[in-house]
Amino acid sequence: MRNLQLSFNQTQKVRLEKALERLESLSSKSNPNSCVTVGDTIPVYEDGILKGHGTSDQKGELAATVCGVVERINKLIYVRALRARYKPETGDIVIGRVIEVVPKRWKLEINFTQDAILMLSSMNLPDGIQRRRTAVDELNMRSIFTENDLVCAEVRSSQGDGSLQLQARNQKYGKLERGQLLTVDPYLVKRRKQHFHHLEEYGIDLIIGCNGYIWIGEHVEARDKMVVDQGSNSEQLIAECDKNSMDLDEQDGTCTPREARQNICRIANAIRVLSRLGFNITVEVILETVNLSNSLNLDIHDMLGSEFYVLVAESEAERRSLSKRKR
Amino acid sequence: MEFVSPEGLRLDGRRPTEMRQLRAEIGNVAKADGSAVFEMGNTKVIAAVYGPREVRCEYSMANFSTGDRMRKPKGDRRSTEISLVIRQTMEACILTHLMPRSQIDIFVQVLQADGGTRSACINAATLALQDAGIPMRDIVTSCSAGYLNSTPLLDLNYVEDSAGGPDVTVGLRLLSCGTYGYTLGPMD
Repeated sequence: MRNLQLSFNQTQKVRLEKALERLESLSSKSNPNSCVTVGDTIPVYEDGILKGHGTSDQKGELAATVCGVVERINKLIYVRALRARYKPETGDIVIGRVIEVVPKRWKLEINFTQDAILMLSSMNLPDGIQRRRTAVDELNMRSIFTENDLVCAEVRSSQGDGSLQLQARNQKYGKLERGQLLTVDPYLVKRRKQHFHHLEEYGIDLIIGCNGYIWIGEHVEARDKMVVDQGSNSEQLIAECDKNSMDLDEQDGTCTPREARQNICRIANAIRVLSRLGFNITVEVILETVNLSNSLNLDIHDMLGSEFYVLVAESEAERRSLSKRKR
Repeated sequence: MEFVSPEGLRLDGRRPTEMRQLRAEIGNVAKADGSAVFEMGNTKVIAAVYGPREVRCEYSMANFSTGDRMRKPKGDRRSTEISLVIRQTMEACILTHLMPRSQIDIFVQVLQADGGTRSACINAATLALQDAGIPMRDIVTSCSAGYLNSTPLLDLNYVEDSAGGPDVTVGLRLLSCGTYGYTLGPMD
């Protein structure tokens, strides 16, 4: 949690500090001796250890190259940095924005040291047929994704020089529309089994990208590739139409209904609060925060006020202490 | 002018081998990957680190490129020299081979200058790099020293710096086995 720039009054400050202290005391399972700074020697107790990230061999001893916590898993010793850029691994779900369209590939910006590459051959064609990409396909690349589109994809591999290759060969990957993108710090998103969540009660799709980009959007049914072709039409209509008019009833439905938009904003604010407080972003925590705001009948913009921050911190401390007691 | 009194006190009451009060804070610039504010007495410096990120090309016009000579190019000789010094110091420590084809931007700004700005800049940059989680070989710390009234003085302030005696800024790398080596030593 870095310098929350909010004005807390005295009681709120006290409550917030109490909640944070409680959280700290609950989470101190790691040995305080295992914090290292750059250049510190890491004590090694056995032979045959594997040197992981954040360590380097210096004059026969293991030294840390980042400030962080030493983690030991079997024979692997590595230093987990407290704040670091996104570290991609094969199979990660990421969300990226198209920056460039170059022959046979798209370049996406994914909050990583370099832009990721999505090859034309790693993308399903609109008509769904599996075939060789011809020159005509190359010329029509812009009809699939153009600049500044949001794309959801999976990390296929990382090349030797550090560049990243993505693939989007599944129905659930592809262009993201009708929703909001949020950026949080990548270290707040842990790798889980599921990154795609469909929140039924709100009718919202939630995609938590491992690179810290989170997509909250109106629920789209199993992607029909035909939607991509009509994409340009519906987007124009969405831009023009009024929030309240649901009478415009085209083939694929145009305006996002007002309630869906409010839900999207509510969930987005919940995620903003959680990321400012430095809590891990998981579906359960997000839903709890949203339920908390609903139970208090808070207006959506009040969720970013200081009172809600304090409440969220307190409820998180409560939740963690409960789960610890259960164990 | 007397910079060291007969009792052995300097103008601000310090002993010759005494440093000024140090203060440091990290995380001030929310947008940056890493940031730090470093104070050595009255000298205050803020550093922000962005990176590693995609190498982008920057376009700028030289001031002689148009018909009439344009505005002065950014940075006079002194700040260019200091930028180069800081960059070389950091490059010696950052494990650049772990981040191929990306760039790390370090922006340092002096908020208050009272002598020893070079050292404060290096210290602030080191802290900001560590805050950003960029892998480094070693930490670099830096301090200035000089010689006035036949006494070696540590951590000069502005008055002592401009007194005309020799001064040196030294950057020290703390190697893991505890011995020290120096990375830079420009003498003015």
